[in-house]
Amino acid sequence: MTDKTQFSGVWVFAEQREGVIASVTFEALAKGRELATKRGTHLAAVLLGQGIKEKAADLFAHGADKVYYVDSSALAGANSDALTAQLAALIAQYKPEIVLGGSTICGRSVFPRVAVRAQTGLAPDCTGLDLDASGVLQATRPAYVGNVLATVVCPEHRPQMATLRPKAFKKGTPTAGRIGELIEAPAAVGDVKTKVVEVVRDAGNQVSLTAADIIVSGGRGLGGTVHFSLLTELAKEFGGAVGASRAAVDSDWINVSHQVGQTGKTVSPKLYIACGISGAIQHAAGMGSSEFIVAINKDPGAPIFEIADIGVVGDLFTVVPALIAALKNR
Amino acid sequence: MHIVVCLKQVFSTPQVRINPETNAVIREGGEWIINPFDEHALETALALKDTVGAKVTVITAGSQQAEAVLREALARGADAAVLLSDAAFEGSDAWATAKILAAGIQKVGAVDLIVCGKQTMDGDTAQVGPAVAEFLGWPCVTYVRKLAVEGTTLKLERLFEDGFEKVEVVLPAVLTVGKEINTPRMASLKGRMAAKKAQIAPVNAAALGLAPESVGRAGSPTRIVKMATPPKKTGGIKIDGSDAAAAAKTVVEKLRELKLV
Ligand SMILES: Cc1cc2nc3c(=O)[nH]c(=O)nc-3n(C[C@H](O)[C@H](O)[C@H](O)COP(=O)(O)OP(=O)(O)OC[C@H]3O[C@@H](n4cnc5c(N)ncnc54)[C@H](O)[C@@H]3O)c2cc1C
Repeated sequence: MTDKTQFSGVWVFAEQREGVIASVTFEALAKGRELATKRGTHLAAVLLGQGIKEKAADLFAHGADKVYYVDSSALAGANSDALTAQLAALIAQYKPEIVLGGSTICGRSVFPRVAVRAQTGLAPDCTGLDLDASGVLQATRPAYVGNVLATVVCPEHRPQMATLRPKAFKKGTPTAGRIGELIEAPAAVGDVKTKVVEVVRDAGNQVSLTAADIIVSGGRGLGGTVHFSLLTELAKEFGGAVGASRAAVDSDWINVSHQVGQTGKTVSPKLYIACGISGAIQHAAGMGSSEFIVAINKDPGAPIFEIADIGVVGDLFTVVPALIAALKNR
Repeated sequence: MHIVVCLKQVFSTPQVRINPETNAVIREGGEWIINPFDEHALETALALKDTVGAKVTVITAGSQQAEAVLREALARGADAAVLLSDAAFEGSDAWATAKILAAGIQKVGAVDLIVCGKQTMDGDTAQVGPAVAEFLGWPCVTYVRKLAVEGTTLKLERLFEDGFEKVEVVLPAVLTVGKEINTPRMASLKGRMAAKKAQIAPVNAAALGLAPESVGRAGSPTRIVKMATPPKKTGGIKIDGSDAAAAAKTVVEKLRELKLV
């Protein structure tokens, strides 16, 4: 059993790609700050990469008291072999009590492996985090497609690890010029067995679904590929991304990478606009935690209206163009 | 090449409820199926068997009834099936489940490749594949959408949020896959007949050399202390869209008020 008294501090793994820090990192820092204050301890961020030391300033601004920085060419990409070894090595050396990261593709690839190396538990894809009086992290996470909210604890092992669902937590306001302690640690990336040969970004400047603040989604009601251009146009007015129901994906109107739901992506944008989507439980599972939901559907009995904040009962082919027009002359 | 596919049996409908007294999950109105993403993992292995030749072993940790997913996999073309089943396994979290599976795979013998679904549709942790890799000390490439074998090297495409990476990994390795990678096949009638007759002897903790307290509830670092039904969202306002311009105006005004536009 772990000697828990040896562990202190709240850590946030700062996820980055090509030097750009993922926004979920700032969400985790805000939550981490709150937990560290409650626990009377410090908040640290772990920044792993190459030639990105100056990014520590952003992490300090968002509440980190310390930044552990490791510079290595092996850490330049998001190679999970290297990240796993490095994060596990830092944990073994500095013994944090809590380690948070994003429930992103990177976080979901690295954290489970680190948890095995560190012989500790992981609460993945959390939507709520709190501490009890004895410092045990109470992690709430949806399971069974959002039908159940489970509270997970890791009482006997340290650190307590959790990944945070992107957008489920609020970012803080950065304090420019806030400073902290920068600790440079030596690289310990172990035996890297996977090689990233090339990174290919999606064509165009598409906003990724999970990172988008606003998502405009289409379902079977759209009736065809061509009509998705209507949604693309609406999404552009909002500066948002385009999502889809499985019915639309299965009809080959749009690529599967846009699918929202139980077997698609889980999203929590500030605004989700569902057009011609009935709101089946499997779809709702992927978007029900959106902050504000607008539904456009011609069937007043569609289940989507049960979760929509504003429901427009009408034909999307007239309502969507009217929305675009209203946004244009705002 | 010997490929192992990890399968989980899940309940087809997510319409589950919680018994407030026992915290038990009540499942009704559905059936037990192979976790949808695991079907793509199985197909990945079967496609390699067809193209480059491979032995495909399917493995699951679960109760006796989980045997059904193994038979389904045999019917689709898997060569061997392993059921890891023991009362000591009950209550395992994803960490302990991965430990059990890793022990089971080691018992299977020389294995070159392990394929898992990217996550399950019930627990949804996406933890088991990468954790199995770590227990074995193997590399893991997640969210693979395309693969080619060249000798002992795999050339892969794996997704990330706004694109994909071309990755190379030397076997042995663990992959996790989603639905982008392929379309699962159906079982043939002949396959079904053969699968029905297959002998699947459950393998217990002792046979895997796992102490009972190192798995199951006792061996799991995490514990669920509360299960709740999330507060049901109540619908907001409904407006008539027959006058599209007026409806659009109302919506945009509301969004502006909330500073969403
Ligand atoms: C294991 C499993 C996993 C699944 N995973 C997912 C998933 O990840 N994501 C997902 O979305 N689904 C998923 N599904 C499928 C899900 O059950 C539904 O079938 C699907 O979401 C329906 O898509 P839809 O709402 O677009 O289509 P429909 O249910 O057919 O609804 C179309 C809606 O459009 C409306 N409409 C039609 N024309 C117009 C118009 N001109 N103007 C306005 N409204 C119009 C109709 O009134 C209707 O409400 C899954 C199912 C299973 C069994």
